[in-house]
Amino acid sequence: MGLMSLTAIQLGNKIKSGEVSVSEAAEAALNDINKVEGTINSYVTVLSEDDIKKRAKEVQEGIKNGIYTGPLAGVPVAIKDNMCTEGILTTCSSKILNNFVPTYTAEAVLNLNKAGAVIIGKTNMDEFAMGSTTETSYYGATRNPWNTEHVPGGSSGGTCTAVAAEECSFALGSDTGGSIRQPCSFCGVTGIKPTYGTVSRYGLIAYGSSLDQIGPVAKDVADCAAILETIASYDPKDSTSVKRDDYDFTSALVDDVKGMRIGIPKEYFGDGLNEEVKTAIFKVVDVLKEKGAVVSEFDLGLVTYAIPAYYVIASAEASSNLARFDGVKYGYRAEEYNGLHNMLKKTRSEGFGPEVKRRIMLGSFVLSSGYYDAYYIKALRTKALIKREFDKAFENYDVIIAPASPDTAPKLGESLSDPIKMYLGDIYTISANLAGLPGITVPCGTDSKGLPIGVQMLGDCFSEKKIIQTAYSYEQSREYVRCSICE
Amino acid sequence: MANVISDETIEYVGILAKLELSDAEKEQAKKDMGSMLDYIDKLGELDTSDVEPMSHVFPVNNVFREDVVVNGDDSANILSNAPEEKDGSFVVPKTFD
Amino acid sequence: MSKEYETVIGLEVHVELATKTKIFCGCSTAFGGAPNTHTCPVCTGMPGSLPVLNRQVVEYAAAVGIATNCTINRFCRFDRKNYFYPDNPQNYQISQLYLPICENGGVSIETPDGGKKTVGIHEIHMEEDAGKLVHDEWGEASLVDFNRSGVPLIEIVSEPDMRSAEEVIAYLEKLRLIIQYLGASDCKLNEGSMRADVNLSVREKGSSEFGTRTETKNLNSFKAIARAIANERERQIDIIESGGKVVQETRRWDDAKEYSYPMRSKEDAQDYRYFPEPDLVPVIISDEWFDEIKSKQPELRDEKMVRYKEQYNLPDYDIDIITANKRLADIFEETVKLGSNPKKVSNWLMVETMYLLKEKGLEPDLVSFSPVNLAKLIKLAEDRVINGNVAKEVFEKIFDEDIDPEEYVKENGLMSVNDEGELRGVIEKIIAANPKSVEDINSGKLKAMGFLVGQTMKEMKGKADPASVNKILKELLGI
Repeated sequence: MGLMSLTAIQLGNKIKSGEVSVSEAAEAALNDINKVEGTINSYVTVLSEDDIKKRAKEVQEGIKNGIYTGPLAGVPVAIKDNMCTEGILTTCSSKILNNFVPTYTAEAVLNLNKAGAVIIGKTNMDEFAMGSTTETSYYGATRNPWNTEHVPGGSSGGTCTAVAAEECSFALGSDTGGSIRQPCSFCGVTGIKPTYGTVSRYGLIAYGSSLDQIGPVAKDVADCAAILETIASYDPKDSTSVKRDDYDFTSALVDDVKGMRIGIPKEYFGDGLNEEVKTAIFKVVDVLKEKGAVVSEFDLGLVTYAIPAYYVIASAEASSNLARFDGVKYGYRAEEYNGLHNMLKKTRSEGFGPEVKRRIMLGSFVLSSGYYDAYYIKALRTKALIKREFDKAFENYDVIIAPASPDTAPKLGESLSDPIKMYLGDIYTISANLAGLPGITVPCGTDSKGLPIGVQMLGDCFSEKKIIQTAYSYEQSREYVRCSICE
Repeated sequence: MANVISDETIEYVGILAKLELSDAEKEQAKKDMGSMLDYIDKLGELDTSDVEPMSHVFPVNNVFREDVVVNGDDSANILSNAPEEKDGSFVVPKTFD
Repeated sequence: MSKEYETVIGLEVHVELATKTKIFCGCSTAFGGAPNTHTCPVCTGMPGSLPVLNRQVVEYAAAVGIATNCTINRFCRFDRKNYFYPDNPQNYQISQLYLPICENGGVSIETPDGGKKTVGIHEIHMEEDAGKLVHDEWGEASLVDFNRSGVPLIEIVSEPDMRSAEEVIAYLEKLRLIIQYLGASDCKLNEGSMRADVNLSVREKGSSEFGTRTETKNLNSFKAIARAIANERERQIDIIESGGKVVQETRRWDDAKEYSYPMRSKEDAQDYRYFPEPDLVPVIISDEWFDEIKSKQPELRDEKMVRYKEQYNLPDYDIDIITANKRLADIFEETVKLGSNPKKVSNWLMVETMYLLKEKGLEPDLVSFSPVNLAKLIKLAEDRVINGNVAKEVFEKIFDEDIDPEEYVKENGLMSVNDEGELRGVIEKIIAANPKSVEDINSGKLKAMGFLVGQTMKEMKGKADPASVNKILKELLGI
């Protein structure tokens, strides 16, 4: 087992103690990338060995000089390709950004840099984070390391496969409608979508601005807590960034759920949920019950309205956020065109893939004259109702337990043909984005095909610690399972 | 399908979104948008008459910068990704006004 | 023309605010500069960049709203206005549609017949300016410079309350003075820091229905506005008279050719798909903040005019001229504060200053001398250290170079000669040399006095104190 089979904290400790050098850790990641990348395609960009070595040397010095003292110093990390990284190609897995090299770095990534993490590369994703399978990438689909005929989920597919296939020690993803929690479930890794406003969005290329959050993906809860503690910060450059009272998420790594009130929303376990997934989730509930948690069922009736509300809001925001990609300032520009408007149209039509165009069209339509109230405002009112329903639920519960997806990972090519069906797959994750809630996905077993199943835990806004504590407590009951490709 | 999207609508949305769709893409877009809207119409079942539209989940307000110049000349960086550049400016096909 | 028509005009006035930085980033708003040197990821719409609101923009916008009798919305927020154009880096403009900062105000203007009327203000909202497009003379291309992108604007939308170009100009003058007094903008039409778009329709006199309106843009001077209004009125009347229908559209005025043409192409749908800006949070103006903004509000022109009358007893004519420009009013008040006689200060500003401005072709805003130097000059003249002509000469130096008049007079030996002995000697010589004049005076032709005074001044190289000269001359001639 190589160094990449360790958790980030374990590896960080070895680096700190001098047992492993920063270069050795980085080399281990590169070796594992060389081994599996041809099959998995986790990365859009892997940094050059020279650049990585240079950075590793700098971090090694920094550790020696006491500049980098945190748990992630020297640990190799992969970054989802929708976060800007100075001097490193940042594509959002789109053709329209096929040559975009930002001159600034996303705040969350800066926070990692300041902690001494070593960036290995940029991970593949659904184009502009629009998708649930990582098949809409311009740079080819990413495959599930547990079974390469299956998708890894999305949109942070590359982020999750890079962690699962041990092509990095940990990674950053982003979650607009489940894009961290769902692929974590499909890939058997752990990830957190923090409360909206906890991690700065500065430098995150926006999809749905009111829904997007950056979060950690790693092998276990302890890693995720430590990473979140590192990347979360109040950022004056992001007006929606929230000044929190607590950033000490690792303090919640306590194996104790005595008296923890856990709610099971009935609507999340009805028709459409795969029986094997359902069984696996209830096993988690049993474990927590045994450990002293108080579990009961409740109604979350509005959940079916979350998907239509989400697709209206996210598409509307996306149609506007993606307007800036026009071939004027950066990125792809059509090679042949006739005049200004033709240049804009051709650039965008050639530069965006079908799913992105579909959402831009929908978003432009729901905002257009005569439809704004019927669709957009209606969706914002629905969002308010959903938020209200969660507020009420969290008066009675500390943690809500749910699946992360109705099923385990589908086969490649099965999802894209029917967009509505694909959108329905987001049913358990989307509400958290509408209501701004934090959520975590932890692996909890595999199905009969050997594909991972994840359990999702949702908390009230700013209650990351409760879901971290519950997830951590559950995690103590089982071993981390590596996927076969890592052997 | 309850929502039938006309050619004109697709044409119009294409102008708004600055997307030029092929005929096949247009047909697909009509179908997709129609079925999405059918699905979205589900929201009509909800009585939201007494609910304020919520754009921000948290009641955060008054986030300001002070009026102090902090940026210097960053033009080299700003222009570094320009598809076409001339004399420190971005170049676009001729505009008409 | 058989029927009589009435012109109905509303204005959309854009004013660039006098902040040091842009509305959503820390880039300078300074004018000029090489292309794209005042830009950053935010104001060039780089992916992942986010806006943060400049507090001063809110304060200026609210101040203008208070000064124009608007209701200040204590809860307001920004919306995105979506449209594609290369000077608009994000292809949306951050503006305010649903909840603008100010609403329902109005200002009073004087009408051409000397009456007064109120022009209603529908709303004032905050927004960002676009970049600049320059046509590349040599190629089939345009160049985009984002230095102006993100410069803060307020848009003041009037009600359709104006009926003539004169009223429009009176309204613009009024706004300009208010905003200049507030220090919120320099409001220069020719430099684009104040821009007016004219919404105009015509209707038969007596009708209560509005006609279809057009919006005319690109008006860079009061003269252009007046010409465009006359032109658009005629154009619409012609259409109606010939049985046609006015099309609601945006037109661009070409002042050199004196005509307007429609701006819209089939590529623009004019459907801006406004929605609340998710990257910015709402602005809430608390009572405390509101009071603070209000308390910082300077005295505006109308109030100043009343006070000048009461406090300084200046003639209306003087008040009108001095208060027509905030810079002049400021200099007036500061000079008076230094102890100078108000009417004397007023005279220097009204007469000499205005004369020099005109002669040098300058705007009153450019007056740059210090009140302390004007006060010193007035004192020198009052104390008869220098005479009137010398004072004017020294004032021009103050006007041009803001010199210290005390030092200047000393250095250049411009003090009046008040020494009785010296003057008496000179005058005695002049009398002796001009027996003809003396004879004239003695025979009652007092005009000849002037000649003798003139001769004396000439002898004294202009530095004699005229009062003293007169006094001694009369004494010596026994009159």
